[in-house]
Amino acid sequence: MTVHSFQEHFDAKIDSEVMIEPRDWMPDDYRKTLIRQISQHAHSEIVGMLPEGNWITRAPSLRRKAVLLAKVQDEGGHGLYLYSAAETLGITRDEMYDQLHTGKAKYSSIFNYPTITWADMGAIGWLVDGAAIMNQVPLCRTSYGPYARAMVRVCKEESFHQRQGFEIMMTLANGTDIQKKMAQDALNRWWWPSIMMFGPNDADSPHTAQSMRWRIKRFTNDELRQKFIDVTVEQAKLIGLTVPDPDLKWNQERGHYDFGPINWDEFWNVVKGNGPCNKERLEARKNAWENGAWVRDAAMAYSEKRKARKENKETKAA
Amino acid sequence: MNQLTYTLQIADNALILGHRISEWCGHGPILEQDIAITNTSLDHLGQARSLYQHAADMFNALPAEEKKTLFVSAALQAKIAKDEKIDEDDLAYLRDGWDFRNVLLTEQPNKDWGYTVVRSFFYDAYNFYFYTELQKSKDTVLAAIAEKSLKEVTYHLRWSSEWMIRLGDGTAESKARMQEAVNHNWAYTGELFEMTTADKEMLAAGMGVDLNAIKTQWQKRVDAVLEEATLSIPANAWMHSGGKEGRHSEHLGYILTELQFMQRAYPDMEW
Repeated sequence: MTVHSFQEHFDAKIDSEVMIEPRDWMPDDYRKTLIRQISQHAHSEIVGMLPEGNWITRAPSLRRKAVLLAKVQDEGGHGLYLYSAAETLGITRDEMYDQLHTGKAKYSSIFNYPTITWADMGAIGWLVDGAAIMNQVPLCRTSYGPYARAMVRVCKEESFHQRQGFEIMMTLANGTDIQKKMAQDALNRWWWPSIMMFGPNDADSPHTAQSMRWRIKRFTNDELRQKFIDVTVEQAKLIGLTVPDPDLKWNQERGHYDFGPINWDEFWNVVKGNGPCNKERLEARKNAWENGAWVRDAAMAYSEKRKARKENKETKAA
Repeated sequence: MNQLTYTLQIADNALILGHRISEWCGHGPILEQDIAITNTSLDHLGQARSLYQHAADMFNALPAEEKKTLFVSAALQAKIAKDEKIDEDDLAYLRDGWDFRNVLLTEQPNKDWGYTVVRSFFYDAYNFYFYTELQKSKDTVLAAIAEKSLKEVTYHLRWSSEWMIRLGDGTAESKARMQEAVNHNWAYTGELFEMTTADKEMLAAGMGVDLNAIKTQWQKRVDAVLEEATLSIPANAWMHSGGKEGRHSEHLGYILTELQFMQRAYPDMEW
């Protein structure tokens, strides 16, 4: 086959919804886009362990502590599947870590916000995982097989996390005045960053058109954002919390909520590194990696020693 | 009352070690191991919860006068005065250090992966033989918890033994770090086998474990793993103690400060 016919074959598969698998031919840009997107997603999972990890030792009850630990552990598991999916495209996990540590690769900006009170554990589960699910459910049908299959597992666990987060918020909203205040304060701080998680408006999103064509992406940023707002506003009402947007109004004609302007200045500043916790998050990841170097070296040295000893034995036996 | 104190000794070990290990979550040297060690922390926490529930049931069944004598904690005394029942969280979150019965080993700081592995290994080896024996307890709740926990502890011991060997027999640097960690943690292993009044009374009642008997098994296992790990037991035989009697290191106060923050800052609320 010529490159031209490879391309035709690939396009035909995409058009007929046949998944692309690691051994299949794919355009270089498709591969690059996927590596960027999957590794960014994997990094978001492991950086995302930090803001919630911040409350593991301070969770208010033993049950909440166990649930939170299990949740943060799940995120590590998601990172693992996603790094593995990205590796099928010809990049190693160490290379991806290096891109994260040098700032070349990004992760979801939401994790650059601080977790200040216990209610933030509820708000993150409810809003951040809720927004993530909106983004991720369509990815279960994304065109690249290993990514789609990883996402099926991720989504099952994320929707569980989202319910747990909502349950924390509901408990607080039904609690004492102080607890209600704590819940409202968390919603106030996490609402807009959650809305921004869907990325820039479609008009300003450089990758959207191509990703839609390749069926890596299934819906645009603005479509997903609207869907998230419509669902979440109703949930906030249900537990008596107020969404911090004075322009929020049901639009009968559109069948959607209208909402106020998004502060894109803040968004781009956090992306550029000026968020409240960008430095801390990256430093924590780098420290874990650097402090673990002697452990990884020793594990490697030991496994080589063992292999050599085994071969020695076999040679002697022969 | 000995039965309650005895249950708290085991529960406090599980809670405090589980707390220490949970500090690793998100910061491990290898992603797979971050996940594995967090699992261990969850196991310890689960064991602590079952044991605290058992302890709370025993406590709630005591006559009011006896309840007053058990814990110094002002918050618990207030509950007793109001004739309120206590639960697992009250025991974990409302007692101060002098009411905690965990061994000093479990409150030692993580410091690095090596110190953490050594601390876990010494404890896991103890816990394995301890739970094996506790399955025979005439306290059927303790026996059931032991049986369930033993499956988890068997895995913990395998995990920490493998890391002892891998790092002891790894590079020159890892060996030096591991030997240092063994030297530090060794001085806290003697306390594991000290028999408190509760230990003695429970043994006599057919509900507890003979710690002298499991010490021999523990020593044998530790010797075997250290040998394979090319590590040695330090010459200094001095052993610290006090945790089982409520006399702790400076570390416990800080652990409890974090652990109990929410319950102390926002008392009497449901979370």
